[in-house]
Amino acid sequence: MADAQAGDAVTRLGPILLFSAFVVATCGLVYELLAGTLASYLLGDSVTQFSTVIGTYLFAMGMGAWLSRGVKRNELAVFIRVEILIAAIGGGSAALLFLLFDRVGDFRLPLYGMVLLIGTLVGLEVPLLMRLLKDRLEFGDLVSKVLTFDYIGALAASLLFPLVLVPYLGLIRTGFLFGLANVAVALGLLLMLPKGAQLRGELAAGVVVAAALVAGLFGAERLQTLAEVAAYQAPVIYADSTPYQRIVLTKAGGDLRLYLNGNLQFSSRDEYRYHEALVHPALGRVARPARVLVLGGGDGLALREVLKHPGVDAITLVDLDPAMTRLFSRSAMLTPLNQGALTDRRVRVVNADAFVWLRANRGQFDAIVVDFPDPTSFSVGKLYTLSLYRELARAIAPGGIAVVQSTSPLVAPRAYWTVAATLEAAGLVTRGYHANVPSFGEWGFILAAHGPIGDAVRLPPGLHFLDAPTLAAMSVFPPDMARRPVEVNRLDNQVLVRAFDAEWSRIEG
Amino acid sequence: MRSFDLSRRGVIGSAAALAACGPTGGMPGSLGGADMARGHLLRDAFGDAVPAETRRTGIAILGGGIAGLAAAWTLAEAGYRDFRLLELEDRSGGNARSGRNAITAYPLGAHYLPIPNVEAVGVRHLLDRLGVITGWQGSTPVFDPYQLVGDPDERLLRLGRWQEGLVPTLALAKTDHDQIERFFAAMASFRDARGSDGRPAFAIPMALSSRDPTLLALDGQSWTAWLDRHGYTSAELRAHIRYVCRDEYGTEPGDVSAWTGIHYFAGRRGDAVGDGDAVLTWPGGTGHLAEAMAARVAGHVDTGHVVGRVRRRGDGVSIDALDAIRRRRVRIEADAAIIAMPRFVAAHVVEGWEGSADGFSYAPWIVANVSVDRLPGGPGAALAWDNVSATSNSLGYVVATHQGLASVGGASVLTWYLPLSEMAPARARALMQARPLADWQRIVHDDLMAMNPDLDGAISRIDVWRWGHAMVRPVPGFMWGQARQAAARFAPPLFAAHSDLSGISIFEEAHYRGTLAAEAAMREAGFAHHSLLAA
Repeated sequence: MADAQAGDAVTRLGPILLFSAFVVATCGLVYELLAGTLASYLLGDSVTQFSTVIGTYLFAMGMGAWLSRGVKRNELAVFIRVEILIAAIGGGSAALLFLLFDRVGDFRLPLYGMVLLIGTLVGLEVPLLMRLLKDRLEFGDLVSKVLTFDYIGALAASLLFPLVLVPYLGLIRTGFLFGLANVAVALGLLLMLPKGAQLRGELAAGVVVAAALVAGLFGAERLQTLAEVAAYQAPVIYADSTPYQRIVLTKAGGDLRLYLNGNLQFSSRDEYRYHEALVHPALGRVARPARVLVLGGGDGLALREVLKHPGVDAITLVDLDPAMTRLFSRSAMLTPLNQGALTDRRVRVVNADAFVWLRANRGQFDAIVVDFPDPTSFSVGKLYTLSLYRELARAIAPGGIAVVQSTSPLVAPRAYWTVAATLEAAGLVTRGYHANVPSFGEWGFILAAHGPIGDAVRLPPGLHFLDAPTLAAMSVFPPDMARRPVEVNRLDNQVLVRAFDAEWSRIEG
Repeated sequence: MRSFDLSRRGVIGSAAALAACGPTGGMPGSLGGADMARGHLLRDAFGDAVPAETRRTGIAILGGGIAGLAAAWTLAEAGYRDFRLLELEDRSGGNARSGRNAITAYPLGAHYLPIPNVEAVGVRHLLDRLGVITGWQGSTPVFDPYQLVGDPDERLLRLGRWQEGLVPTLALAKTDHDQIERFFAAMASFRDARGSDGRPAFAIPMALSSRDPTLLALDGQSWTAWLDRHGYTSAELRAHIRYVCRDEYGTEPGDVSAWTGIHYFAGRRGDAVGDGDAVLTWPGGTGHLAEAMAARVAGHVDTGHVVGRVRRRGDGVSIDALDAIRRRRVRIEADAAIIAMPRFVAAHVVEGWEGSADGFSYAPWIVANVSVDRLPGGPGAALAWDNVSATSNSLGYVVATHQGLASVGGASVLTWYLPLSEMAPARARALMQARPLADWQRIVHDDLMAMNPDLDGAISRIDVWRWGHAMVRPVPGFMWGQARQAAARFAPPLFAAHSDLSGISIFEEAHYRGTLAAEAAMREAGFAHHSLLAA
């Protein structure tokens, strides 16, 4: 492009260039806020995350401004290319970071890499704009006008982001939307160029990026995360569909929640209550729980409790979904929750269907923790049948014990006592207890062993929920949870699924 | 339970696979089963040519369906070793054969066995030996829970919604409801009834049923006529009865006798610790039992042997057959022969039996195995093992992976059944031959889509199997008429054994006929044995 032609073009483009300053500033701040928010969702500790992300971003902008001196000519073409690049990278940043979250060892690498890249590109924008406008405006006027639009854009972004964008669009769609704004600037400029000065390559790239962003805006995002945002009480920070289930993490304040197929698995606020109650009454009754089996529990939280017991030599954890155990082994946000239990050298993780694995298993264990999902379907219901408990009984070593999470004895007493009756039909002695877990309600567990189950429980130090008086109280079943006559749950009658469904739908409507 | 069917496979000149592989209309799949033209050619191919080889055996069993396998098993159990079983196909099992693909085994025909009655002594012995019965509480068997059909076992699509069970229950008019209640009460009293001779009114095996003339008189009228006479006019009830009749006999209610119609509802008194009304099933259907029986007698089975002529020779039997694998004619000289082929074949190959198939007719069936990437769902009751639509002319589908233990369902095979009962069997067989694979696939696909629109895009393959003579038809007068009873009579050294001799094509009948014939043959040979049919 000849300089004379470019000069003409710039003259004609003056107003739109000034408006670009506003758009560019809004987008720039939105990407910064996106990265900061994402980092604090996924890594926790929002003060640190926002502080480091903003610092890195501003530093990168400085680099961009410094680099702008390397642009000797064709400022308009470079500016348009920068806009298209920002649109693609900044617009897709939230989606890409969510996607990478469980696929990389250290999430901070892609996060700060992305922040540096976007910051650098955004840093190029204002210097280039000012140079494009320098012949049109006086220096004082130029600085005043560009910076005014820049700061107004920043204000718009900082107000829109928390009040409108995050609640209504979510992070990923916000990214795509502002990417579109960037590419609109580029396309607007391209279309207003005189005939002789057309930039065909840039035009094509701009159209492709715009189309991809529109697809992103209305595509997968609308189908999955948006529906989920509506369904979950807190912002969805992670979602993945595996061949086995849909894994969703939400976070609001300090509360991290895991949902599998829409069912709450834990809330980080009170999961210690559930997992202490699940593990210690069983392991604390075994003289030396050397060999431990955990069925289900791919989040590693039960493992964390098991590892508190001295004398544990080897733990086998059987969970269906490799995506679950991988996520909770690697994610920097999740491993503090389970204290890295899944990567403890005593732990062997087996990704297999628990029924199939248990039926083939010939080993015996001193303690077995059975933490299956609730029997909400006939396929999961098989995991609570007499046939499975017969296999379970074979796997309990002499003097050993098993514990089964068995839904709420308050909401679903028939279901709860069906589990007990079924364990007994498999020849085991049972003992039930329950604990209050605020995010679940009153929750039930059943111990099962070959012989009588005594009162004495050795608790490891450092527990937050269980102590001797609490344990004693947990064994008391008031009349509204008292045992009632029920049928044994078999593969060919699945009475548990029916009872569970009837009892829970009574309260869930 | 047919064991031997010439029309099912072309043999002469080719031992090639019977499946015409390759899609014809985009959908992958294969067309297997009957090749009637070749079957008919076969009859004429045995002249008086000299056999290339002559073999000798004590007892020859002709046909390797359940009847033939039961006969072989019975001989083996008794310690009788000098026998051979000749089977036309590459694999024994007859109607009970199964197929297999990367996803699962699946039935090609018969897919379940009800918990047997007390009087089904032979079947109970078999199940005990195979570990299907895991123990006994007194004289009551305990069945292996992994082999009992898992819950939910049945569901019915009616008025746009799936309900549990196959008898309509939702949104019924009062007359429908009352008639259904009255009908099942009537069937229950037939079930508990005994005839003037003290035998159960309706037994399995049917040969043990009462001969009380008032009960046998039911065989003279059609099932439809009986229902009309007793005021069972409810369309809902009649639709259910029609479904059962086609499922059990491949035949319309107007074409079976009232005795047989009632037999389905009144013949089962399953004896088990727990639920006696349950059924046993396996991914490959009753192929599981056929394979276990075949494994027990493996060294005695000659597959790919087409029996062309059976003649009495002195005190014994001379059998001309074609060894299709080595492509040579063989002659088997035996002391006795158990003719475990369907009568329409036996009448062609056994000298002196010409015309003995008069009165026997057979229902043609289509069975399609449909590979799906995901399990079907639908509004209302959850997916069951057996899934039936009240508005479809098919019998719906069973899920081959239903007995699997995995807690997350994925790919599966749906076995879809259609008896061609609405036209004369010969016409239906002609249609079956003429219709190309792609047309059958479209019929199966459209029917499944009407039942489960949620399967859209999930079907990856449809394999169609044509059974030209799937089941004997218990038309009025057949069960207790001359033709059947004469055909069933033993004529040493020939012992007939096939489910068609019971008029009902079910595993228990085939097993009974095979066991009965084997024991009669051993008695004739003076071979001492303990009867597997003695309580």
